[in-house]
Amino acid sequence: MYNNIQEFYNTLPLVIVAVGILISTVIEMYSNKSENFLSWFSILVFLASGFYSLFTLDSRSVVLQNMLATGGYVNIFYFIFTLSAAIVCFLSIDYLKKYDAYFGEYYILMQTSVLGMMLMAGAKDLFMIFLGLEVMSVSFYVLAGINRKRLTATESALKYFLLGAFATGFIVYGIALIYGTAQSTSFEIITTKFSELSGNLLFLTGVLLFLIGFSFKIAAFPFHMWVPDVYQGAPSTVAGLFSTAGKAAAFSAIIVSLFVLFTSGAMKIITPYLSVISVLSMFFGSIVAIAQTNIKRMLAYSSISHAGYLIIGLAASNSEGIAGIIFYLAAYSFMNLGAFGIVSIIEGKEETNLELNSYRGLGTRQPLLAALLSLFMFSLAGIPPFAGFFGKYYIFIAAIEAKLTWLAILGVMSSVISVYFYLRLVVLMYFYDSSDNIEIQKSNAGLLAVFISAILVVLLGVMPDSLLSLIISYL
Amino acid sequence: MRELIYLTVLLPLAGFLINGIFGSRIKNEKVIGTIGSGVIGISFLIALGAFFETLALPVEQRQLIVTLFTWLDVGGLNVSFAYQVDQLSLVMALIVTGVGFVIHVYSIGYMHGDKGFWRFFAYLNLFIFAMMNLILADNFVLLFLGWEGVGLCSYLLIGFWYDRKFEKSTTSDAAKKAFIVNRIGDFGFLLGMFLIFLTFGSLNFNEVFSKANTFSVSASIYGFITLFLFIGATGKSAQIPLYVWLPDAMAGPTPVSALIHAATMVTAGVYMVARCSVLFASAPQIMTVVAIIGLMTAFFAATIGIVQNDIKKVLAYSTISQLGYMFLAMGVGAFSAGIFHVMTHAFFKALLFLGAGSVIHAMHEEQDIQRYGGLKKYMPQTAITFLIAALAISGIPPLSGFFSKDEILWYSFSNGSFILWLVGVITALMTAFYMFRLYFLTFEGKERFGHDKHPHESPKVMTIPLIILAVLSVIGGFVGIPEVFSGEHGNQFHNWLAPIFKDADRKLMHFGLHSHFEEILLMVISVIGASASILLARYIYLKKPEIASRTASRFKGVYNLLWNKYFIDEIYDAVIVSPTVMISKNVLWKIADNRIIDGTVNGVAKLIEILSATIRKVQTGVAQLYALVMVLGIAAALLWIILSF
Repeated sequence: MYNNIQEFYNTLPLVIVAVGILISTVIEMYSNKSENFLSWFSILVFLASGFYSLFTLDSRSVVLQNMLATGGYVNIFYFIFTLSAAIVCFLSIDYLKKYDAYFGEYYILMQTSVLGMMLMAGAKDLFMIFLGLEVMSVSFYVLAGINRKRLTATESALKYFLLGAFATGFIVYGIALIYGTAQSTSFEIITTKFSELSGNLLFLTGVLLFLIGFSFKIAAFPFHMWVPDVYQGAPSTVAGLFSTAGKAAAFSAIIVSLFVLFTSGAMKIITPYLSVISVLSMFFGSIVAIAQTNIKRMLAYSSISHAGYLIIGLAASNSEGIAGIIFYLAAYSFMNLGAFGIVSIIEGKEETNLELNSYRGLGTRQPLLAALLSLFMFSLAGIPPFAGFFGKYYIFIAAIEAKLTWLAILGVMSSVISVYFYLRLVVLMYFYDSSDNIEIQKSNAGLLAVFISAILVVLLGVMPDSLLSLIISYL
Repeated sequence: MRELIYLTVLLPLAGFLINGIFGSRIKNEKVIGTIGSGVIGISFLIALGAFFETLALPVEQRQLIVTLFTWLDVGGLNVSFAYQVDQLSLVMALIVTGVGFVIHVYSIGYMHGDKGFWRFFAYLNLFIFAMMNLILADNFVLLFLGWEGVGLCSYLLIGFWYDRKFEKSTTSDAAKKAFIVNRIGDFGFLLGMFLIFLTFGSLNFNEVFSKANTFSVSASIYGFITLFLFIGATGKSAQIPLYVWLPDAMAGPTPVSALIHAATMVTAGVYMVARCSVLFASAPQIMTVVAIIGLMTAFFAATIGIVQNDIKKVLAYSTISQLGYMFLAMGVGAFSAGIFHVMTHAFFKALLFLGAGSVIHAMHEEQDIQRYGGLKKYMPQTAITFLIAALAISGIPPLSGFFSKDEILWYSFSNGSFILWLVGVITALMTAFYMFRLYFLTFEGKERFGHDKHPHESPKVMTIPLIILAVLSVIGGFVGIPEVFSGEHGNQFHNWLAPIFKDADRKLMHFGLHSHFEEILLMVISVIGASASILLARYIYLKKPEIASRTASRFKGVYNLLWNKYFIDEIYDAVIVSPTVMISKNVLWKIADNRIIDGTVNGVAKLIEILSATIRKVQTGVAQLYALVMVLGIAAALLWIILSF
């Protein structure tokens, strides 16, 4: 397996999570009171893996028979995944208690899904991508329906599974076509053969199907239909994970598999496809979000429109675009987790307090939560000096450099529309009086998670260059 | 210590955060005051350490840039949070933190018992944070951030007592006036920044200034850049035509007037011009404009100051007048003399304001000097320190004001012309006159206040800052003793700043063709004149008070003109404010905004809402339909790739 010990150290971020899964499983099997321990244990696992990745950015290598890359921007992805998952774990502690919906597999599945994401981000082979994708997706399907006492959760899980399996089919089909024309599943070999393959219709169809499959995972139009239903039905914490780390993982898979093609400009053939779904996602998400009355559905449509902005970075197909996407994913993960976190804190038992109207007058009742939620809304809307602004800024700049100015202009227009529904929430919280006084359970761990997200959102907004220059130097 | 200079910025920020967030819960004034003053005190010590460290270094190593982090680096624009430690920024940092610390301490006594005590200290700390960004910035963007920040704090502090009346309106109106007038200047400053970026492709001081030395840029570009920058300076530093906000800014608490509207913020414009001396030196015609505007401001403000009766108003016009001197210095290329005056003025004008605050405090918010008199008996320390400050500003040797003012007057003669000098000296005589009018009416003569007032000396926490500033006002000038007296060592202050201005000096090429005899002669004339003015003020206001009222009624026209400040506020109101409000209300609001813009926006919003509600119906919840939509999407994509191949 390993040629030397250094290679083992390089894969430690994955190994830590894998060992964590094994230990968690054993503990869960023999203990009835594992809930508290497992939550903190998985946080520890995630943080250990994440910070180890962050401190070993220089350990670039390709290990395990050319299957897995380590170090560099891959580790930045690892950090985004694990930190997001750790924040979700913090949020889950009190959330699960509130619903009385703790099942032993919850934290274990959280860890397996993150392992799947890491395999995708580090993959050097189409098989590895597929393996990671399935590990992540299957964990997600179960997580969506984890609260099996509720019918909505089961419905959400089933819909996610059916449509997800359907989409995965296209990814496999795409991989088959690529293998058929390139006679290899290794990125390195495909890359070297690219110049002769770029004129091959079957190969291009394979790439397109591959992208379509992932368009489903990143929730791009017209493969987005599952998103609102699944986000609404799944536990809010889990929905937060889907929309952040899950989306980031799908983007990482696209980036690592097509990296050379994107940065060499050879992807120009695919650009029209990306441009079209990007514009449709942005506008569809922003416009339909306006009509929503449920906050989780609103965030689901917001997630669709953010997928659109991110695809602009792919369409730009230059290294600025890729760096912009990674920055955007980090920014988006933290601000969206913050928003979902507050939703999960305010949510009452039996899925109450999820209507936008329950947020009326929150500014006077819960000044801290309202202030933080406003911060996340401003950031999601792309208002400086928060992280969301610089995410959009870098991606639009990349589009302009790639002579896709029209795409950047449409992106700005869509942002303007999206301001309406983000700020409507702020208006509801501060400019309306509440009709009924809803009870909100205190959650210190949840509050901590939201605080961490808020600090990251502000930090990335005040000193965005520190992360961006890191990404660029490790691209 | 030089590497730690960023702490002088971050400590006030920390103070602001602590007092701003927890202040309302701490409640204990001593704790809040100690935190608020403490952070500034430590900042001052750090700045002092950095100063001595720099002093020990050879001249060519004295500049240091401390980068905290890169803020933006895209599309050729590189902006960092980087602080520049050099001779000029150190002088300013010492003034701001030093005088700032003293005023913070004074405020503990002055603001005692105010319900917004914590808010006051939070704002003051925020102000110092912004001001330190302004003077330590190594690029225009960070400078502008500080520039706007101090404007915001000025707004917050002028309107600090938002529930109080001020003249005919409220303190909020005064705050708004300051903010809006400043915005006009800021707009000019922004244009200047844009033009600098277009011309030099950078906003970093070192890059811009070194390129200004080597690039061949047409004189008219320099003219526009410096004109725009100077418009920014006229707003912040209260020069003609944008000085109107400063007298109204006196609505704020007196320590604020001392700190922001006398010693530090209003000198930001002077600092900025000095910092950009290379650019200004490349545009001689704008230098002339700067000198003339400065001199006119100095002269007109002094004439208004003679007749005002509100103790803070007199000081406000005096500040405008003294700022005019500083710009006169900038305009004639005497950059270091201008900065020297910034420093001495910070000492004695802060002292005057704090002394005035002490009097106002003792007289229960009474500000009319006609209702003071004979206060020396009750508050000796305030009276003596006030007298020292008045002597200093009048230019009586060997107090600090003498050295800095006479240096400016000398350069306006040697680099400029006899007319500049003459008007400058006349202004100086008026200054001595109105300052001693103020002193005699307040502290000497008959008591003119009612029996309900019981004036008393202020507590130690207020008088000790007065004494410290009085000492500085006396000895502060010794660092800049002119060459005539100090001989071969030359002017120490001038030598210290010389490396900053060497490029500008080279461009201006002023030759010192004048003799020392001329310099001493002019000095003697101005000192004799100032002394005569003081004696005149003593004669009129102490011995023969009826002369004042007789003169006022004899020259009723002139008196009214001055009393009403040349009707400038009324003219601005009639020519600019009222028409703007009219047009805004009737055309922009009722037609453009309500009909055109709102109509369009509401129309589009309505359309999008309808669209949104329609599309929403597709989301039925039926999984088969979702799969169908996906299939349609895939089919379309495949069709496209096959057809386009």
